[in-house]
Amino acid sequence: MFPRPIAQRSRNARILYQVALPISLILWLLPLLGVALTSIRPSSDLAAGNYFGVPSHIAFSNYYDVFANSPIAQYILNSFKVTIPTVIGAVALACMTGFALGVYKFRGNLIIFFLFVAGNFVPFQILMVPVRDLTLSLGVYNTTLGLALFHIAFQTGFCTLFMRNFIRALPRELIEAARVEGVAEWRIFWFIVLPLMRPAIAALSVLVFTFIWNDYFWATVLTTGASTQPVTAGLYSLNGQWVAAWHLVSAGSIIAALPPVAMFFLMQKHFIAGLTLGAVK
Amino acid sequence: MSITPSSQPSQSWWRRNQQALTPWLFLAPGMFMFAVYVVWPIGESFRISFYDWDGLGAKEYIGTANYTELWGDRNFVTSLKNNVIWLVLYMLAVPAGLMIALFLNQTVFGIRLYKSLFFFPFVISQVVVGLMFTWFYAPNFGLLYKLTEWLTGSGIAILADPDLVTYGVIAAGLWPQIAYCMILYLTGLNNVSADQIEAARLDGAKGIRMLWYVILPQLRPATFIAVVVTVIGALRSFDLISIMTNGGPFGSSRVLSYYMYEQALSEYGYRMGYGAAIAVVLFAIMMVFISGFIWKMVRDEKGGY
Repeated sequence: MFPRPIAQRSRNARILYQVALPISLILWLLPLLGVALTSIRPSSDLAAGNYFGVPSHIAFSNYYDVFANSPIAQYILNSFKVTIPTVIGAVALACMTGFALGVYKFRGNLIIFFLFVAGNFVPFQILMVPVRDLTLSLGVYNTTLGLALFHIAFQTGFCTLFMRNFIRALPRELIEAARVEGVAEWRIFWFIVLPLMRPAIAALSVLVFTFIWNDYFWATVLTTGASTQPVTAGLYSLNGQWVAAWHLVSAGSIIAALPPVAMFFLMQKHFIAGLTLGAVK
Repeated sequence: MSITPSSQPSQSWWRRNQQALTPWLFLAPGMFMFAVYVVWPIGESFRISFYDWDGLGAKEYIGTANYTELWGDRNFVTSLKNNVIWLVLYMLAVPAGLMIALFLNQTVFGIRLYKSLFFFPFVISQVVVGLMFTWFYAPNFGLLYKLTEWLTGSGIAILADPDLVTYGVIAAGLWPQIAYCMILYLTGLNNVSADQIEAARLDGAKGIRMLWYVILPQLRPATFIAVVVTVIGALRSFDLISIMTNGGPFGSSRVLSYYMYEQALSEYGYRMGYGAAIAVVLFAIMMVFISGFIWKMVRDEKGGY
């Protein structure tokens, strides 16, 4: 283990480390703590210039105000309407492409694989003009469906990279044995490979959920109104309305951040396994 | 291709060819979506960049006029310069992430919770990160303003200063990016060979020398991924600029992707062709990196067969 375990060091070093940990964490999360504190601060405190002191009382009413006086509930619903179909669509497509690229040897395999990988690296803003135009001509501009369709296609790149590498690491003997038995190829996929892919499916679902929930660029490009905008784009327009009403902006931010945060803490193992794929060989 | 299992000859035809055809059937839906929404638009961006087009009316072919105009456009040069600053400074996330990972790579009580909380900024949307830092930088009452006022006598409103604004936005972007690099290195450190460390310790290696000669070579895969995601993150920067500054003040914090968005879609006018030309430049910059990454990955892949 590197660095040397703290348990092998002097008593003073151990104490120093135990003190340094919480202090560094507080410094690291200072912007977050500030916003969390502001979200429960009554507006009278802000008016009186009490930005960082102890709140005069805890005002959960800020959260109530946000829900009552803004379409944030609708924004959140829209976010789910974009995110959930994207997770299902992209993961399903990638199970299939990953199976094809991970199991079969055929001419063009590597080229197709690296096409997916390269597409996934592209700064997606360069797709903006044609994708917006395409969405308009398909008649799904300013709908959650139009947004989800693009996300499914784009995330398929990343998901294919992930799935293909995962499937390549599976024991090939299983597939070979099934072939000798004369099992049809699609049955090999459905009954042998797919059950083994469960951890990868879980990891990808959590990751894609977070990526899509947090997407802001495509939300602003492909949707416009409160009836279709996801919460990230919604928060931006609310921020414009609530000029200097930091207690509301903060409460809104916390609400928008909650679903991916909950997802992360519930599925932490899968989340990190997904993100760090390839970081070890 | 006919896949009718009823007729005997085609059944056996399918039998004979199913190993060759199955991968293509499985690839078809994914490749179709990817071709329509990712591959084709890249080509289309190139094509549109040679036209004058407002997004609705007829396209007018104008050759390379958009590119000639870019050459003399001061806003474009500022955006390009800012993209370079983003790329260079964003790279700080890699060593910073490594340092935090080394700090946290211990086994004391509650360390797992500490690791997750340090990772926290990455899980939050960039929109929320942008709002947090806007508040942190806010003139008159923001923490940073107060701090600089206390230290130097006059507070600095970073987001209102054309010379500092880009650095302020990059600092906000580094926060989640460092967290990402940290988690990559933590996973990498977990898999460093204990034998080699022991052997190096017996040889008297420790501290920085140990890190440089023994640990870092083993962390190479983690470093590679960290560099890749950081480069991509820097070139994709858009959200924070839109949230924190709208490109301002006076357009001094724009990057290429934001300037393209402004030209093509915002109130500055619907100049799709000009926006597409900016996109092509951004793509060209990205290609330099992508080809490097892909070249390395292909080499690894060939070795793996």
